[in-house]
Order: sequence, then structure tokens, then C-alpha cells
Amino acid sequence: MNKQKVKEKIMQIVFLLSACISILAVALICLFLFANGIPAMNKIGIFKFLTGEVWKPTSNIYGIFPMIIGSLYVTAGAILIGVPIGILTAVFLSHFCPKKLYKLLKPAIDLLAGIPSVVYGFFGLMVVVPLIRNTFGGSGTSMLAASIILGIMILPTIIGVSESAIKAVPSSYYEGSLALGASHERSVFFTVVPAAKSGITAGVILGIGRAIGETMAVVMVAGNQAIIPSGITKGLRTLTANIVLEMGYAADLHRQSLIATAVVLFVFILIINMIFSAIKRRANI
Amino acid sequence: MKSKIQSIALRYSVYLAAILTVSTLIVIVGYILIKGIPNLSLDLFSLKYTSDNVSLMPALVNTITLTFLTLAIAVPLGVFSAIYLVEYAKRGNRLVKVIRLTAETLSGIPSIVYGLFGYLVFVIALGWDYSLLAGALTLSIMILPVIMRTTEEALKSVPDTYREGSFGLGAGKLRTVFKIVLPSAVPGILAGVVLSIGRIVGETAALVYTAGTVTQIPDTLMGSGRTLSVHMYALWVEGLKTKESYATAVVLLVIVVGLNALSSYVAKKITKGKNNG
Repeated sequence: MNKQKVKEKIMQIVFLLSACISILAVALICLFLFANGIPAMNKIGIFKFLTGEVWKPTSNIYGIFPMIIGSLYVTAGAILIGVPIGILTAVFLSHFCPKKLYKLLKPAIDLLAGIPSVVYGFFGLMVVVPLIRNTFGGSGTSMLAASIILGIMILPTIIGVSESAIKAVPSSYYEGSLALGASHERSVFFTVVPAAKSGITAGVILGIGRAIGETMAVVMVAGNQAIIPSGITKGLRTLTANIVLEMGYAADLHRQSLIATAVVLFVFILIINMIFSAIKRRANI
Repeated sequence: MKSKIQSIALRYSVYLAAILTVSTLIVIVGYILIKGIPNLSLDLFSLKYTSDNVSLMPALVNTITLTFLTLAIAVPLGVFSAIYLVEYAKRGNRLVKVIRLTAETLSGIPSIVYGLFGYLVFVIALGWDYSLLAGALTLSIMILPVIMRTTEEALKSVPDTYREGSFGLGAGKLRTVFKIVLPSAVPGILAGVVLSIGRIVGETAALVYTAGTVTQIPDTLMGSGRTLSVHMYALWVEGLKTKESYATAVVLLVIVVGLNALSSYVAKKITKGKNNG
């Protein structure tokens, strides 16, 4: 074998090994999370861990039910705020927006996606939280504040995916509807948007994934009480917040229970990802 | 008549949504700039952090160091992975499917899970303690799928005639990849790099327990140091130092706006290149 051939072969192996890094990374992440989290769950009792309503590490009581509920609540709130605005904005961008305005709006939405989550959290803390405090009383750090901030944060995701889904609908749909006498608005909303349904759903699911995994912005505005909130202006704690707040000083079973919290979060994300790729495959985007 | 009212209602709801989206951005950016710029002082850019002068300069330097370190690890790996997927792997290869699936999984994992993973592996298992290197390795895994995806797309958009021409002139596969295909894909790869820099600069949750929150510039890469985003979070934890937070937010915002401008410039370059070719 000559030198050139050896070099080719070596580099081919280097490329192959690099490509395998992502497999290795996922395997390692699963290994480290599950190897640390599962024993903790067993020690606490899986049922007790998942449905226990009390989180009191100082007394060795670890129930993450309030955090699971907290994550679901703020995610639902974010969806309620972000999805309608996001989809309608995507419709605007694809069918109502003059070309010149589009050139301004597109980078604006990209910027919304680029703002760091701490900055969102800080903005929430300085603007949204006082607003809620003055309107509804209480401390202001609440489920409502977290939902609003998360709703804003998932906007670019939902707008981006929905817009490309709407744009992928063949223009014959729209033209056919117009030819039948429907107005521009009705053609867009009753023929084009329904045809883009699965793509838009994929965008919403991606948004759910973002919202449930967001940490810093939520920690700063949600209040972080480890109890099930009794109203939207009450504070709550999410799974992500639970990890980031206590990891710094946790030890032994406490630390392991935080890793177990991450396992629960990870499983949530895996399920969401699976739904997302299933829908994406069907929508062909 | 009824359908007319409906049409008008639909039209206005679309306008309203677009106005809401844009005004949200304007309010956030405007608020941070108006409140933040008066708080920018030269003292905040002194190289030393003291309890009297909460300087953000060390954090800024750490952010730059961490960005370069992360890119130095992730870019070659990501580009090589993409080269394998596009240029070498056979169609319908099962390994390729697994690689794609895992890369997709990686891009969906929340940053706090990366942070926890980095903490367990680099800080605890390997005993590195909080260090820039631990932070950089954690972030490398996080941005790997971004680099892979953008490079893959860039490689795919290089026309096959380039490769055939190169082979026809007697060049080997490796030479074709490095001398012909890769150079044509550079703008696309750059777009991915810019996107990744944005994620590195804005990242907090994955860094707090890997790179740590020490306020100074570490002497070596094995030392701990906070980035700008972590600095902002730490200011909140330590009890809100509002003025310094505003100033840091301005600096972060300026970096993000700069990166966005850069990425749209690169994107323009790509489309231009396509029109010529």
C-alpha cells in the first residue's frame, strides 16, 4: 500500500470516529444520569418520589410532584400565550407582509431568538414581576410571570417552524380557494393554514420542549416555592429550577435526588422529541 | 356580509399578533438599553473584580476564552462528522441513521441537563473541579449538533460536478474533500459557527456547575471563571445588584445584535455565491 492510500484510510477512520461522538455523548449522558438517578429513586421509592407532595431535603423527604406540576403549569401557560400570537405572526409573515417590511421583521424575530435567557429573566424580574405585584398584589414572582416570559421566549421557535410549514403549502391551494370566490383572508385561514397543520403542530411541540427545558429565565421570575400553586399569581418551582437552585450545596441522597429530577426531565424531553420527529416525518419538513 | 366581517376580523387579528411580537422585542431591547446605558461606566471594565467595583471585564474575557475553546473542540468534530455523513457514508447506512437520531436528541436536551452531565463527568468523575475546560467540553457537546447540521447542509449544496471534476483530474477522495468541497462550503459552516457563538455567549445553566462562578480571570484553563451570562445570574443569586446587571445586559445585548448582523451578512454571502455558481 502506498503512502497516499494509508492517509486516505486514516482520515476516513478519523471522520467515522468524529461522527460517532454524538452517539457516545448521548450514551454517556444516559449512563451518568440513569446510573446516579435510578438508585436514588429506588432508595426513596419511585412512587413516593414522583407523587410525593413534600420536598424537604433537610428532613430527607423528597417528593417532586409539585415540581412536575410546576413545569406542566408554566409550559401550559407559555403555550396559551405564545402559540396563538406565534401562529398568527407566522400567517402575517407568509401572506400579509409587504416584502420591504419582511426584510425588517425577519431579523427582528431572529434577534428575539438570540437574546440570552438570563436577559429575559432579568427583564421579567424588573418589568413583568412588578407589574403583577402592583396589579394583583403578592410578591409578583409567580406562575403568571414565568408563563409570560416563557411565552415570549418560545415565540421565535413557533413563528419559524409555522412560517416554513405555511410556505411549503402549494400555492394552488390558495389560488383554487380564491377562484371559488373566497376572500384573501378566508383562503389563507381555511385552506392554506389547515394544510400546514402538521408542520405547525411540530412547531408547537418544539416550543413545548423549549419551555419545559428552560431554566434561568424561569428561576428568576417563578418564586421557586416547592409547593403546588393555588393560583396563577402564586409562586411555583419547575423541575429545572429545582436542579439549578440546590445543586450547589447538595450532597449524598439530596444530590442524587436532584439527578433523579433531571432523569424525569430527560424522559419528558425524550417523549416530546419522539412526538416531534414522528410529526415531522409525516409532515415532510 | 357575515363572511366579510369574518375576513376583517381575521385580518386584524393577524396584524395585532405581528404588532404584539414586534413591540415585545422593542420593549425588551429598548428597556435594557435605556436603563442600562447610563449604568455603563469605565470602572465596570477594569480588569480586576472587587466587592466595591463589580467589574464585568473578567467575565467578558472569560466569555471570549470559553467561546474560542469550545469552538476549537466542537468545530473540527462537527465538520468531520458532517464530512463522514455526506461524503463517505453509503446511502441507507444504519450507522448514519443512529448518528442522525442521536444528533437530533442532543439538540433537544435542555441546557441544565448538559450542565448536570458536565458536572458529574468532568468536575466529579474526572476530578477537574470547576474549570473553563470542563465548561468548554460541556458546551462542545451542546453545540455539536448545530455545527453538524449546518455543515451537512453546506456540503450537500456543493454541486456533484465539483467532485466529479476533481476526480476526473486524478485527485483522490481526501484531496477532493479538503481542496474542493470544503472550501465551497465555508460560508455555510461559518453561519453555523456564528449561531453557535450566540448559544455559547447566552448560555448559563450548563456553565454554573461546570465552569463555575469565580469572578476573576483564571490563570489556566483548569481554573474556574464566570462568563457574562453566568455573571448576570450570579448577581441575581448574590442579591440583586441592579445597576451592574443592567450594564451586563447591555453588553450581552450588543454582542447578540452584533452576532445577528454578522450571521445575516454571512447568509447574504451564501445566496450571492449560489447565484454566481
